[in-house]
Amino acid sequence: MRALQRLLFCVVGMFLAAPLVIVAGVSINEKQTLAFPPRGFSLAWYAEIFTSAEWRSALFASLGLAASSAALAVAIALPLAWFMWRRFAPWANAVRLLGIAPFILPPVITALGFLSFWAATGFYGQPWTAVIGHAIFFVTLPLVTLTLGFDAIDRSLVEAAATLGADDRTVFRSIVLPLIGPYLVSGYAFAFVLSLNEYIVAYMTVGFTMETLPIKIFNALRYGYTPTMAAVSVFFVAIAALVFGLIARFGDLPRLLGALSKPR
Amino acid sequence: MSGLELRGLRKRFGPITVVDDVQLNVPHGSFVCLLGPSGCGKTTLLRMIAGLEDPSEGAIVLDGEDITAQPTHRRNFGMVFQSLALFPHLSVGQNITYPLRIRGAPRDEQRRRACELLKLVQLPGFEDRSIDQLSGGQRQRVAIARALALKPRLFLLDEPLSALDAKLREAMQLELRQLQQQLGITTIVVTHDQREAMTMADLVVVMGGGRIRQAAPPVEIYRRPADAFVADFIGSTNLLPLQADGRGGASAFGQPLHEIRVPAGSNGAVLSIRPEDVQLTAAHEGMLQGRVSFVRDLGATVETFVDVAGQRIVAVSTPRARTLLRPGDAVGVRLPAESCVVLPP
Amino acid sequence: MKREPPRRLADYGPIAFPALLLLVFFVVPFGTMIAVSFFRRQQGGFYTPDFVFANYERFLSAFFGHVLGLSLLLAVVVALCAVAMAFPFTYLLSRQSRRVQTGWLIALLSVLSLSEVIIGFAWSTLLSRTAGITQVLAALGLMAEPAALFPGYGAVLTGMVYQALPYAILVLYPALVRLDPTLLEAARTLGASPLRAFFDVIVPALRSAIVATLIMVFVFALGSYLLPQILGRPQHWTLSVLITDQAIYQSNMPFAAAMAVFLVLMSLALVGLTLLAGRRRGS
Repeated sequence: MRALQRLLFCVVGMFLAAPLVIVAGVSINEKQTLAFPPRGFSLAWYAEIFTSAEWRSALFASLGLAASSAALAVAIALPLAWFMWRRFAPWANAVRLLGIAPFILPPVITALGFLSFWAATGFYGQPWTAVIGHAIFFVTLPLVTLTLGFDAIDRSLVEAAATLGADDRTVFRSIVLPLIGPYLVSGYAFAFVLSLNEYIVAYMTVGFTMETLPIKIFNALRYGYTPTMAAVSVFFVAIAALVFGLIARFGDLPRLLGALSKPR
Repeated sequence: MSGLELRGLRKRFGPITVVDDVQLNVPHGSFVCLLGPSGCGKTTLLRMIAGLEDPSEGAIVLDGEDITAQPTHRRNFGMVFQSLALFPHLSVGQNITYPLRIRGAPRDEQRRRACELLKLVQLPGFEDRSIDQLSGGQRQRVAIARALALKPRLFLLDEPLSALDAKLREAMQLELRQLQQQLGITTIVVTHDQREAMTMADLVVVMGGGRIRQAAPPVEIYRRPADAFVADFIGSTNLLPLQADGRGGASAFGQPLHEIRVPAGSNGAVLSIRPEDVQLTAAHEGMLQGRVSFVRDLGATVETFVDVAGQRIVAVSTPRARTLLRPGDAVGVRLPAESCVVLPP
Repeated sequence: MKREPPRRLADYGPIAFPALLLLVFFVVPFGTMIAVSFFRRQQGGFYTPDFVFANYERFLSAFFGHVLGLSLLLAVVVALCAVAMAFPFTYLLSRQSRRVQTGWLIALLSVLSLSEVIIGFAWSTLLSRTAGITQVLAALGLMAEPAALFPGYGAVLTGMVYQALPYAILVLYPALVRLDPTLLEAARTLGASPLRAFFDVIVPALRSAIVATLIMVFVFALGSYLLPQILGRPQHWTLSVLITDQAIYQSNMPFAAAMAVFLVLMSLALVGLTLLAGRRRGS
């Protein structure tokens, strides 16, 4: 039985890792070719991310987009999650549904919706439209993590704080915020990572004016083969592993993803 | 200092009335226990006093001031919750000084007060420990220290000892009582454990179905229960249906009880007598005749179950006071008038 | 700090900002798209506000019907495969120690950061003749000679299952990790082998979580745009590909919008049917 379990873990592990191996292998090709197994060895393509003006601008565009849209997503999700926890308002579930809807619809629908909207309002192509687009599209993630976080707050803590003299604002500042802090961070991290790699919404809204990394990678795949795109992917996976590793180091990652608190 | 006054308090949740017309006077400096089975409304009553629930009707008056509309964070009532509600992200010391900190008290005053309070609850030096390092009893004390930090006007506790094991619970009962007397603070404790209430309280308030059944010192509750509910809830008792003869006398099981007086017109009244007051005599010498159905020797006491005309009467005595009876023996039952309480129907 | 309905106007403050943003930037765009689907298309890529069903009629042809059917079928198969893989894995994961769980969770979250393009590219290599797993299989003697498994239906399926798998695992995780371990123990004291107990006790207990995950992966797969293009031939292209094609390259927004609306309606209907069937069986 144990052996079977081990086997399953191995198989799934290999399945998940296989593409990564390919990508990593391709990224160290010496010449500008996407050969696998790699021919030669060179880390030049990793450097290219930062030295090539094109790749650099795409990198910064993606990072900027991810950072700002994740922040906006959190800014939308936090008051909503707080409101639903603090007040008794069943009608607010409609707003929560709106928050979840963009994520569960096929992305092409959302992208199309934004396309027609921005075209109609005349702002089509402006970079900030992508920020709004991504924020709305990914608002589900901080919304889900924050709802989880608020649900985990023991209400008697809030009542105890009130008996000790804390009014609404003080309670929020001294009790609620520290307790949902980890969920804020994880919600932001999810939205950030997903925005970095999102293709279609970005493409449909600002694809012709701004090149994010996923757009550039897709173009590179079609028109100009270069290992840099593989290097970028490995780079991103490394960043994600680092971010989530840090969250795990300083917090309780299983709990952030829905597990119960560690048994004492 | 006139103390706490509850005037006609009612609380409804939809169609259900959880607290019904509670009228109570709590003298300043006294130790009060709200006692009753689960669902009787005692916790809701406590929460209304704390301001965590709004009364549907009625008023709460403290020292002459009507505080019914005052929000919780302004009442300055120290409260210990059943779950203790210690802030997990703060240390022991930070938990205790929380009320001081949010009022902007200077650092050294906070430190001083934390030290003082930890000494009071016998946990000196625990300031920097984290909450999850503490045992159940220790967390209990931290919760008490925190509630007392601002020298509150009222000290409220909701089933504070229910999570502790029996031995620790008994020790904490005494400690709480001593602490309260040392500080002279008006204290209200909610509990479902009648032994706890009898041990700690100056005033026991027995609640059932949202109403106060009786509010009196422990001994009076025990000796003179106000109705069958109280008699049955506190300790154990024998409840015998009485037939009034219309002239102030009464009989039970067809046999007249000469020494028992019953107010006229009280048909359906019930006689309550504690097992330790029931006397068993030789068969022909008792007021009632019956047969022993079961004998239980518990070491410190002996319980004898007697069947009188289909009703079971339990008598309890120390082993030395009685020759050992056996099931099937005929026996007489004597009910001393001074130990009997006639309860309304 | 009582949890009561908001009373003063200021109490509504916190929800105003999210509601406003979601309304303006989600409801309105979505509504615009629905409106556009009824517009009349003009030559040169423009469209005039109108109310015609022409776009929907065009859609109800054999070709598009075929594509719709294909897309739906593919999404269903992907959902089933992904959940069939994810469920036992997540179950076993939840039984491991906290540290092991954390390690795998970090790995899964990192894999999420692979963009669809890269996944497509990696699998195209893995399934190619020259550098893929068939080389390994041939070397081991399990295959006569290396063959190209891509482009093809299987390749698209593999790529999409790969993309959906981390999501499925992460969605099933909370439900499985909170499962009462004594359920399984009780089953075993009653005589069920571990495997038997798994199917008789665990799976039924988590039916709603499984259904929710199936629906989520289904919707996710339905929207897949890049993988069918990279790993499949034109006959494997899903509706999402066609929608984008019409919108961008054929400049036929109304038609694209009509297809999009239809896609949403179809998936909502299927989801609704699934939930209904589940409820009927459960009661």
